Amino acid sequence: MLTQENLQKAQDLFKRYPQKKAALLPILWIAQEQEGWISQEMMKYIGDLVGVPYAHVLGVVTFYTMYNDKKLGHHHIEVCTNVSCMLKGSDKILSTVERMCGTKLGTTSADGKYTISEVECMGACGGAPMLAIGEEYHEHLTPEKTEQLLTGLK
Amino acid sequence: MEKYILPEIQDYHKIDVYEQHGGYTALKKAMQMKPDEVIEEVKKSGLRGRGGACFPTGLKWSFMPKGNDKPKYLAVNGDESEPGTFKDRKIFEFNPHMMIEGILIGCYAMGITTAYIYIRGEYGKWIKMVDKALAEAYAKGYIGENILGSGYSTNIYTHRGAGAYICGEESALMNSLEGERGYPRVKPPFPAQKGLWSAPTTINNVETMTNVPLIINKGSEWYSKIGVAKHPGPILVGISGHVNKPGVYEIPTGVPLLSLINDPQYGGGVTGGKKIKAVIPGGSSTMILRGENLEGVTMDADSLKAAGSSVGTAGLIVMDEDTDLVKVLSRISHFYHHESCGQCTPCREGTGWLEKMLHRFEHYEARQEDVDMLVNVANQIEGNTICALGDAAAWPVQSFVKRFREEYEKRVKEKAAVEAA
Repeated sequence: MLTQENLQKAQDLFKRYPQKKAALLPILWIAQEQEGWISQEMMKYIGDLVGVPYAHVLGVVTFYTMYNDKKLGHHHIEVCTNVSCMLKGSDKILSTVERMCGTKLGTTSADGKYTISEVECMGACGGAPMLAIGEEYHEHLTPEKTEQLLTGLK
Repeated sequence: MEKYILPEIQDYHKIDVYEQHGGYTALKKAMQMKPDEVIEEVKKSGLRGRGGACFPTGLKWSFMPKGNDKPKYLAVNGDESEPGTFKDRKIFEFNPHMMIEGILIGCYAMGITTAYIYIRGEYGKWIKMVDKALAEAYAKGYIGENILGSGYSTNIYTHRGAGAYICGEESALMNSLEGERGYPRVKPPFPAQKGLWSAPTTINNVETMTNVPLIINKGSEWYSKIGVAKHPGPILVGISGHVNKPGVYEIPTGVPLLSLINDPQYGGGVTGGKKIKAVIPGGSSTMILRGENLEGVTMDADSLKAAGSSVGTAGLIVMDEDTDLVKVLSRISHFYHHESCGQCTPCREGTGWLEKMLHRFEHYEARQEDVDMLVNVANQIEGNTICALGDAAAWPVQSFVKRFREEYEKRVKEKAAVEAA
């Protein structure tokens, strides 16, 4: 399930902690980076690798919002709507994203290209309003800048 | 004031540049001292935690049992998820080595051989920056086996969270590090008695650790004279909302909030020259203050406490006269409902009730009696949960309604007009 290289990374992670279970979150990250999401089979595989039951892995995956137990669109667009971004007009950013991607908040576009999510404060309040595409933060947005940004993605 | 935590030095995040400016000399100095002397120095400096609770750092360190015979751990809290807070990210990007040096000094003082820096999952890019800095420090022999030939060894690892506000709570952070869901633990036992893997553990904020090398290098007396006496030192303030120049600013504690909002070197004034309706001084869980009551209030623990709020994470959110505070509180309550871990009934259910009720206010569907009911529900959450998330959800509701009651009553009155139209 994990590639040989990633399995080696997982084995190396075990050395950092006195108990194997502590490597669960980092290994889930490796799996998600490899596959884009975490399937039920992957959860079972990682449970065996780490030495915890599948139910425990499922509990962890569903507790933490950043683990995806479903496939997402090619670009995952996360719009912050928390206070500081809201005060600076995040509703307009969100509606621009929805219009440009042709899909609503919380959904994936029909062509599988975009998934739009609302996120809680991402720690970029000084650059509000902001959104993230993957790990990349885009700050100080306006509807125009958002349009340009998304056009550049196509 | 000279800047220490975020100095304007190009490439300060690189180890060579950091060393050229006196980097890692505090570690060498600390290792010449006895561990207890280091703790005493931090105690005398008056440094208080920068994560929100303002607990005296040296005192926290002194709770750790002595001796190196059993494992002990340090967890550095870089979960930084309180809305309005974005300071630690600057340290990861611009001054990671000072944080690392502080961690090493803390480990030496407490006899700890393994430290974890827990960083929120959204900061993927910044975790890579910290990993790079750690690799540089390992290569130079500051971290690892037999540090600088002292016979003392410490390892430091980053640990990535995955999008849960609650993991910024110290005991939830420990559960998360152990590979569990981020459920806070009942205290006592306190982490210094029973923390990570049941071993003695200390949890300190990223910014707190970054202050430590300064104290060792320049002395506790020098440090204790920066800012206000009871809450000294440089502090990072994040200013966001309706100001011309939002961002992170390093200040000595005790700068007036109005200066932070209006002075050209800080916030640069309210956008469009409007009046200040309200501020949230220390991240979304701290109590809101009315704009007309800010005269004389300064950015430090005691002044903000006297004003009826708290310094929290020093994440100052500024709201102008046109701000719809009903909508703001509704959004804040949505956040705490979303982030409640679900362990304690008052928080799990109560945050949901608050969110629903505030949604009704926002959409002109609330009744007159709902104003008091909001406060009633908040009062029943506060103090009745394992961790402080319940309190954090209650405080904004209590303070918004207490200090801006007219906004909520107006919404009820406007309901009739909306229905008629």
